[in-house]
Amino acid sequence: MATEVRADEAKEQELAAEIAGLDALEAHLGTRPGRARMLWSVAWPKLAAIVLALGAWQAIVWTGWREEYRLPGPDRVLPALFDLLGEGTFWTAVSITMRRAVTGYALALVIGSVIGLAVARVRLLRSAVGSLVTGLQTMPSIAWFPLAILLFGLTEQAIMFVVVLGAAPSIANGLIAGVDHVPPLMLRAGQMIGAKGIGLYRHVILPAALPTFVGGLKQGWAFAWRSLMAGELLVIVASRPSIGDRLQFTRESLNADEMLALMVVILVIGIFVDTVFGRADVTLRRRRGLIDAST
Amino acid sequence: MTITDTAPTALGTATAISLRGVSKAFGHGGSAVVALEGINLKVSRGEFVCLVGASGCGKSTSLNLIAGLDRPTIGEVTVNGRTALMFQEAALFPWLTVRDNVALPLRLAGVGRAERHRRADDLLEKVHLGGQGGRRPHELSGGMRQRVALARALAQDAEILLMDEPFGALDAMTRDLLHDELEQVWSSTGLTVVFVTHNVREAARLSDRIVLLTSLPGKVADEFPVTIARPRRIDSPEVMGLAAAVTDRLRAEVRRHGD
Repeated sequence: MATEVRADEAKEQELAAEIAGLDALEAHLGTRPGRARMLWSVAWPKLAAIVLALGAWQAIVWTGWREEYRLPGPDRVLPALFDLLGEGTFWTAVSITMRRAVTGYALALVIGSVIGLAVARVRLLRSAVGSLVTGLQTMPSIAWFPLAILLFGLTEQAIMFVVVLGAAPSIANGLIAGVDHVPPLMLRAGQMIGAKGIGLYRHVILPAALPTFVGGLKQGWAFAWRSLMAGELLVIVASRPSIGDRLQFTRESLNADEMLALMVVILVIGIFVDTVFGRADVTLRRRRGLIDAST
Repeated sequence: MTITDTAPTALGTATAISLRGVSKAFGHGGSAVVALEGINLKVSRGEFVCLVGASGCGKSTSLNLIAGLDRPTIGEVTVNGRTALMFQEAALFPWLTVRDNVALPLRLAGVGRAERHRRADDLLEKVHLGGQGGRRPHELSGGMRQRVALARALAQDAEILLMDEPFGALDAMTRDLLHDELEQVWSSTGLTVVFVTHNVREAARLSDRIVLLTSLPGKVADEFPVTIARPRRIDSPEVMGLAAAVTDRLRAEVRRHGD
């Protein structure tokens, strides 16, 4: 009896060793290059592109196509940009603009998610408003402004209204597409291990939909930012200095140096937030093995 | 038609699964496809049964009926105990770590965090994946993923394990080791296993009884009790001899469709 037990144990150990050996052979993790090297390999093409763009811009200015007070070169705009960065009123404008962006985007996030989830879940709602949501996405947000001004006057609400209408459809669509494309096998596995109703949404459907949803969030941000800039140019709220209304003011005062400097600021903020979403997307996909670990 | 989930009194405690006169048709009228017809099958508690057949024999349909994912058109399915189901793909959730995948059924059942982590780690140990709990599914090989899926199925505290060609996509060497492992888990837990495969040798290697199904419609064509002593090897003469006999019978069935 005792020898039989020992034989069983020996056999089990043997199996464990064989399995461990096979695992070690099959599951090899790729090595990733060092952080500094990765940063450099990402950064240098971007830096090169910026240098090229500045060069082309300066070259156009040098051809004398337009007077320098109308089209100044980087040699004038960059100092104007540094002056701006040292100015207190500029930062007030940036903070008001960013507060609008964050509030508007947060509202769009809530509204877009609720609508997206409702449309994804309820069949009747989908056939009723599903294509309308996509249709709204193609509507240029600036076309909403006349109505917004009529409804709310030259107020913060008018701007918010358009920002939300610009961003919410993309966010809703991202969520709908994500929920639609959950692999049926995942659903079956989820049901099999006892997930149903809200639990199925919380633990299976929504996590599975997340990468597509993040794509929608990213696109939503781009629309929100564009709508906000259009809004700040058109709807100038008294005693609320913003990037947009400052841009409008530079045109009126023929201050092209500062105008272009402000445009650089708008571009940089847009790119920066987009990069944050991009990073989130890549991290998410890498963790799920949806992209090669070395990218 | 009645479906009873847990009715130990009606069945007696020795029977885990009973299908009586079960037929299943998909679609309606003239275009209806009969997947199963008049199936009678009884599986005892703790028994390891393999369902073997060619394509279209309704193997997966039978499992879905037993798992309660589908209902029979005619007949009675009685299942005495909770079921867990494994597929050919591991179907792990890529956003969770290996440990959290195994712990999810426990979480859904309301088990606390510390307790479910402890149990998940124990189960991973059992399928020889101790220490791998922090990894992501995509970092594992196909065989390892199937073992995580097995651990996840065991986490459901089911008495009946249904397996739908779980090792069909694995290479022969990995499959052999997984046979050993499954046998070990089965003999140490007293699970009832219904294992669907088209690999006759695999069936002879693993099961107590092989049930051969015909195709379109699926009916029970024959049954082969497997009395070869355990532990077995897939390349032992006894296993290969039985597999040859079952294969001959299976081929005779397939030939009928060519006529």
